[in-house]
Amino acid sequence: MTQKAPPKKTSWSWRSQAVRGLIYQVIAIGLVLLALWWLAANTMHNMQVRGIQSGFDFLKSPAGFDIGESLYAFDSAQPYWQAFLVGLTNTLRVAIIGIILTTVLGTLLGVGRFSRNALVRGLCYAYVEFFRNVPVLLQLLMWYLLFTEVLPAAQEAWTLGPLFLSKGGLSFPIPIWAAGHLWAFFGILAGIAVAFVYRRWAFKQFEATGRLKSVFWVPLAIIVGLGFVGWLAGGAPAEFNSPVKGDFSIENGGSLTPEFLSVLIGLTVYTAAFVAEVVRAGIQSVARGQGEAAAALGLAQGQTMKLVMLPQALRVIIPPMTNQFLNLTKNSSLAVAIGYPDVVSIANTALNQTGRAVECIAIVMLVYLTTSLTTSLLMNWYNNRSAIKER
Amino acid sequence: MTALTFQPIEARPAPNKTEGLLAWIKINLFDGPITGLLTVLIGGALLYLIPQFLSWAIFRAAWAPNYDACRVDGVGACWGVVTEKYRFILFGRYPFEEQWRPLVATLLLLGLLVASCMRTFWHAWLAVLWVAVLSVFFMLMYGNVLGLAKVETDRWGGLPLTLLLASLSMVMAFPIAMVVALGRRSTLPAIRTVSTLYVELIRGVPLISVLFMASFMFPLFMPEGVTIDVLIRVLVGITLFAAAYMAEVIRGGLQAIPKGQIEAAATLGLSYWQTQRKIVLPQALAMVVPSIMNNFIGLFKDTSLVTIVSLYELTGALSLALNSDANWRPFKIEGYLFIALIYFAFCFSMSRYSMWVEKQVNKGKAR
Repeated sequence: MTQKAPPKKTSWSWRSQAVRGLIYQVIAIGLVLLALWWLAANTMHNMQVRGIQSGFDFLKSPAGFDIGESLYAFDSAQPYWQAFLVGLTNTLRVAIIGIILTTVLGTLLGVGRFSRNALVRGLCYAYVEFFRNVPVLLQLLMWYLLFTEVLPAAQEAWTLGPLFLSKGGLSFPIPIWAAGHLWAFFGILAGIAVAFVYRRWAFKQFEATGRLKSVFWVPLAIIVGLGFVGWLAGGAPAEFNSPVKGDFSIENGGSLTPEFLSVLIGLTVYTAAFVAEVVRAGIQSVARGQGEAAAALGLAQGQTMKLVMLPQALRVIIPPMTNQFLNLTKNSSLAVAIGYPDVVSIANTALNQTGRAVECIAIVMLVYLTTSLTTSLLMNWYNNRSAIKER
Repeated sequence: MTALTFQPIEARPAPNKTEGLLAWIKINLFDGPITGLLTVLIGGALLYLIPQFLSWAIFRAAWAPNYDACRVDGVGACWGVVTEKYRFILFGRYPFEEQWRPLVATLLLLGLLVASCMRTFWHAWLAVLWVAVLSVFFMLMYGNVLGLAKVETDRWGGLPLTLLLASLSMVMAFPIAMVVALGRRSTLPAIRTVSTLYVELIRGVPLISVLFMASFMFPLFMPEGVTIDVLIRVLVGITLFAAAYMAEVIRGGLQAIPKGQIEAAATLGLSYWQTQRKIVLPQALAMVVPSIMNNFIGLFKDTSLVTIVSLYELTGALSLALNSDANWRPFKIEGYLFIALIYFAFCFSMSRYSMWVEKQVNKGKAR
């Protein structure tokens, strides 16, 4: 006979831990609610006294201000909510491009700290120490100053092939849309499908024979090749809308404003210093014996890195890397200091025009909370994939 | 069958020299064709750029506080902007004749910070020293006592403001962070939820929105008639922000304490608070001192953001000094480099210190 556990006793005395826990929790929640109620009541009262209107109805009235740059056409007659949308797209644009560039630059710098060349090592070290010890706001201001003061006016723009760099920003040629591009697009889609099938076949072969075929370069070649074939089939349209020097500014072509460029470069350069440290710590965390064992098994240097070192380093790298991505996104709010119309800057203008501080700040916080939480969810999912698979 | 005779194989050559300058150069700079090529390329670029930079920054620079001298052709950096405006940059709009006060206050606070970093000062009376120095700091800056003229907080600025914001909000954030960190690991679900919500909400938004909240919404939060100084509001905002980040750092330390420690404490009959105070926190805090230092470095840099809500600390004071003066405005980049150097000096020395602490903390573990 197995012994039964004694029945659980519930007693409502002060000595019972469960009861005390319950009381503590009730007190804590009560205090928090009381504080919130006090703040809310004060706010309501103050708003009434000062005659401040509240509510989100202002979002539907015309904004009345122009926005320097937006992904789609915006004019001052359009409502506030569209202005906020423009701000949001501007924030996301700078954050996403920034994250990609930062990852590349930071990884290069982090790996560079292990270079066999002392000069490369030293340069990477100097870069990291310099850029992470100066406030990012100061760096943004400095980049902006460089763009607006040091660069020449549009008439004397620096020219590099079809590119123009001047106080007006960076201008570059963009392809003119033609039906042929649609064909190229379909070609790329078909290429992705074929590449996917090929990769599955290659892995099946690997499992059957142990010989691994190229699973990166061949699929890439298939995608690019089919895209090229599609482009040829569409009549090979190759017309570009190239920028030309006008009397007062650079005309035509695509362009990036100096505000966007300073925010992007400033954030990338700053965050890359931190990413470099994250990557360095990750690689250092892999035990030395792992690399030696891989070499003893006869793996080449590239294979050792790809198959042994990186998968283990990634586990250590991903969580702090997520933090850096989030930091970059949040730091993009500093764009308000140099006049890049991100969501904070739009909210600031709307706040000054309508006086609805609570609503505007709430919108900003909501935007950043959503982006932060989404990014952490995505990165957690990726982290779970690369975590150790235990029994 | 022929008898095997002993045939000595030739001795291997002595290993290459691996010490000395020449050997170091060979291993680190010219080890193989690619490394060699990189060395030549990077070395060439450095040899070309560094003299140019030095010539701009030192040999061709104008040092006199005279903007006409800076506009001569061929002159490099114009450090005259610093020699002319350094008092405005360092002390902001503080009344000019009274600027010995922020100077003394800054030196006192700096001395306190340095002392807190030294092991000989790690005693309980350090807390008393902090209170004393901070009171003297406020007395000197605000005045209105001992015959000192009153200086409102909106005229404070420059380096003392930067140091005050960073150190005071750090000190105030610490107890909040400790409570929240313990709360996040509590077994009581309601307390855990509240702590987690606080940390995640604050960490999910940028500091600038917290500062906007402190300057625009805070007045609405207070009962009617109560007005709070903008400096205090910003301090509260930064403190709440810093506390959330520090709570996560401390939680990391708490998680690293083996469960056996807590169980052993329970066996000895210690209560929850006794266990935390005598067993868990001392070990956890010692472990996270380097991370807290890094937090402080981040906070120090983040104080530059208060310039966006019109408090003129170092970054804001520079803009204030140069934007209103058309003669000096073209040389803003030199001014930026000057304050970048100040920030760098502070942050770099703190990060070195943090490394030193890390070594000290891990001494017991290194065998």
